[in-house]
Amino acid sequence: MADHDTTRAAPPVWRFLPAIVAAAATLWLARFLGPVAAGVHPEWSLPWAPSLGIAFAFRLDGLALAMALLICGIGALIFLYAATYFATDRRLGTLLVTLSFFAVSMLGLVCADDAITLFLFWEGTTITSWLLVGFDHERREARAAAVQALLITGAGGLALLAGLLVMSAVAGTTRLSEMNAAGDVFRQSAAYAPMLLLVLLGCFTKSAQVPFHFWLPGAMAAPTPVSAYLHSATMVKAGVYLLARLTPALGGTELWTGLLVPVGAVTMILGSVWAARQTDMKLMLAQTTLMGLSALVMLIGLGTEAAIAAAMTFLLVHAFYKAALFLTVGMIEKGAGSRDYRHVAGLARAMPLTATAAAISGLSMAGFPPLFGFVGKELIYEATLTGAAVTLAALVANLFMVICAGMVAIRPFHGAERRSPKDRPGDPAWGLWLGPLVLSGFSLLFGLAPALAGDWLIAPMVAAVTGEEMHGHLALWHGLTPMLVLSLVTFALGILGYLALDRLRDGLAKAEPGLPRMESWYEGALAGIFTLARSVTAASQNGQMTHYLRATFAACAVLTWGGVVLGRMAWPGFTPGPGLIDWMVVAIILASVAVVLVTRSRLTAICALGGVGSGIAIVFVLYGAIDVAMTQLFVEILVVVFMAIAMVRLPSWGEIPFHPGNALIAVVLGLGVTLGTLAVLGTPLDPYLTTFFEANSVPKAGGHNIVNVILVDFRGFDTLGETSVIVIAGIAAIAALRAGRRRLRGAPRR
Amino acid sequence: MNSLILSTAARFLIPVILALSLFIFWRGHNEPGGGFIGGLLAATAFALLAKASGTAKARRTLYLRPRAIAAFGLGCALVGGIWGGLATGAFLKGMWPFLTIDAEGHKHGLPFGSIMLFDFGVYLVVLGTVTGILFALEDSLAEDAAGAEDVPLDKEDGRWR
Repeated sequence: MADHDTTRAAPPVWRFLPAIVAAAATLWLARFLGPVAAGVHPEWSLPWAPSLGIAFAFRLDGLALAMALLICGIGALIFLYAATYFATDRRLGTLLVTLSFFAVSMLGLVCADDAITLFLFWEGTTITSWLLVGFDHERREARAAAVQALLITGAGGLALLAGLLVMSAVAGTTRLSEMNAAGDVFRQSAAYAPMLLLVLLGCFTKSAQVPFHFWLPGAMAAPTPVSAYLHSATMVKAGVYLLARLTPALGGTELWTGLLVPVGAVTMILGSVWAARQTDMKLMLAQTTLMGLSALVMLIGLGTEAAIAAAMTFLLVHAFYKAALFLTVGMIEKGAGSRDYRHVAGLARAMPLTATAAAISGLSMAGFPPLFGFVGKELIYEATLTGAAVTLAALVANLFMVICAGMVAIRPFHGAERRSPKDRPGDPAWGLWLGPLVLSGFSLLFGLAPALAGDWLIAPMVAAVTGEEMHGHLALWHGLTPMLVLSLVTFALGILGYLALDRLRDGLAKAEPGLPRMESWYEGALAGIFTLARSVTAASQNGQMTHYLRATFAACAVLTWGGVVLGRMAWPGFTPGPGLIDWMVVAIILASVAVVLVTRSRLTAICALGGVGSGIAIVFVLYGAIDVAMTQLFVEILVVVFMAIAMVRLPSWGEIPFHPGNALIAVVLGLGVTLGTLAVLGTPLDPYLTTFFEANSVPKAGGHNIVNVILVDFRGFDTLGETSVIVIAGIAAIAALRAGRRRLRGAPRR
Repeated sequence: MNSLILSTAARFLIPVILALSLFIFWRGHNEPGGGFIGGLLAATAFALLAKASGTAKARRTLYLRPRAIAAFGLGCALVGGIWGGLATGAFLKGMWPFLTIDAEGHKHGLPFGSIMLFDFGVYLVVLGTVTGILFALEDSLAEDAAGAEDVPLDKEDGRWR
């Protein structure tokens, strides 16, 4: 993208506003830490659809509060980072607004206590993340990645909605807290397997589990701050969050464990191996995100108290180090000009702050003491000691984590200083380094004092998932345990792997083409849909207006005649001899119709049709529907104006030719509509609505004109929808006309 | 198109039509009329102006861009709905803060409220959308007629002001 296109001279002053708001929200939420740890769960709700039992309900338990703090706290740092990273970019406003919408959706998602409310915010994250991934929308890859993310998470979202609806039907409530209190109802229900599968489909697509994992590395097309936010604390954690949230309701069965543990373990190992193969540090981090998420899925699947405690700890660990490392990769790119670790080296002297943040967070990612990551890894080993297979999976994944952490956090900064793409690398502005340093600070603080995180965050989270108090406290040193031995093995093998990675990577790259591509099912399905759409379009859309009108009118004729033939035909009582004026109107309409039929000139036909419309307007006037008549008349006037403009320039195709087929369709449809109208007139009208509107128009809505009161008050929602459609149609029409102009002027289309 | 009769007549007719459209909008809640009809009539006034004096003049008279008017109208309608939603919990519930209705259906006070705001939103949406499409159509065809290169997109240089 050309710089002159997107940059401006001075950074705007308001750019720090989202960061300030998010920081304030974090402080406000932090006040709830004490009460929530003590077991008080603040609730807030607004009626939404009371007749269906749906409410805009929110509840702040340990899990929701911890997630909300991550979203706002990390959000504040990311907003600050983005405001600095894009300081002079014209698109800064768009980015910050979209990021803010995303943060609000995430916040609503984790705090929601109502299944439908949760789904609403879930879709909010899907749509805003689509916009964020496709932020560089002038790049083709960014658009493709955004659409892929949208299609996969969107399809998963539909499955989730179905699952949540089944759950609501079985439980008789949409409140998640009530569902969680009645877990046995679900587990003994006949619909348990389908509802579980549907919910898991939503969670697995969102959290990028195999075989839906591939959208996540593709989503790296987003700018760095977006990736840091989406892939650390938020978006992808939404699926894991929902698994944890619904554990009391759906968890603890063989099916649950049998699905979550294998999927988690397979994704974990594949993600680790894929990560080791990358040389682009941002892509490498994206692949390790797969590993982190699937570790969480596996632990939640195991479902023991130790596993849940490990999952909740690792969730925090991962959020801190992953956000920090994404941001430092962005700093390396900004400061040294590349994010490929083969192109940069020895940056520690030039970029000391970046190096410090990367080192602390990298060590936390690798699980070295005394960092928070060590505490998390020990807990994971403790939880997976139950079976040899899961222990092995955890070992392999942790091993690759050590390797990748070394590649991202150590290698760019050490060794001989190499000539980097930018001539003089250096630490970027304070807005960029503050976030990674603060996040690294938390990794260090919670590592040195694990009880701090354990008592205030993790214990309430575990209590929210298991429904019971957590036993024991987090500690850095557990004594000489099997977990410590596993850790030491991990470190030893990991450091060996780090040193040998260059050879290892080439081996992995060579082996890859032999493996089956998991994206193929997605690409195949998409290609199939496109083929189907193309063939349907080719068959039905030939670009001729008359063709479309013919098809529309023929379909209308079939429907009308269906109603006439299948319905009850009742002839209206015909009272002959209304006033002279009625007959005159009828004469005008009939004469106009005759002119339309006889004339071979298009302009005459259009004018004559206007005559028909005016005649009908007079009928409306005569029978008291003044509003309808006025609308009809003004529409007729505007139609004539539009037609006059268009007709002047349209090519003259001579006289209207006579098509027997068109005539047949016209006759059949006209007869059908006439018979249908007569049948409607012959059926006695149920006066319920009329009476209601007459009785309530003034007392309830304060208006004497019933038509208008219906439009703006009783059926106001319909009008609002129609109004939106008018605006959308107008914008589309204007854009289409503009596009035509640009082509006419020979300017290149952008 | 340059017709002296049309442009002279338009100068007198357009204020009258616009006033009439506002009147029709205003009386709409109790007598025939309302936002949709009023908006159509106002759009007719600008269609007349565009025919008589060209779209550049009509755009300047409209002052705001048609799309902005339509968007603002949609905003008015939404605010009208949210007002009732916030006050009573029912979205689009009519709010008449200055109006009371007695048992016989007589109204006392000022008829300003959320429903009027909503209807005004409809008025603006119709006006903005119809004029927007109309101007875009006129411009594209005028350009077509004048040849592809000569006609400036926006005649907003000093001479036209």
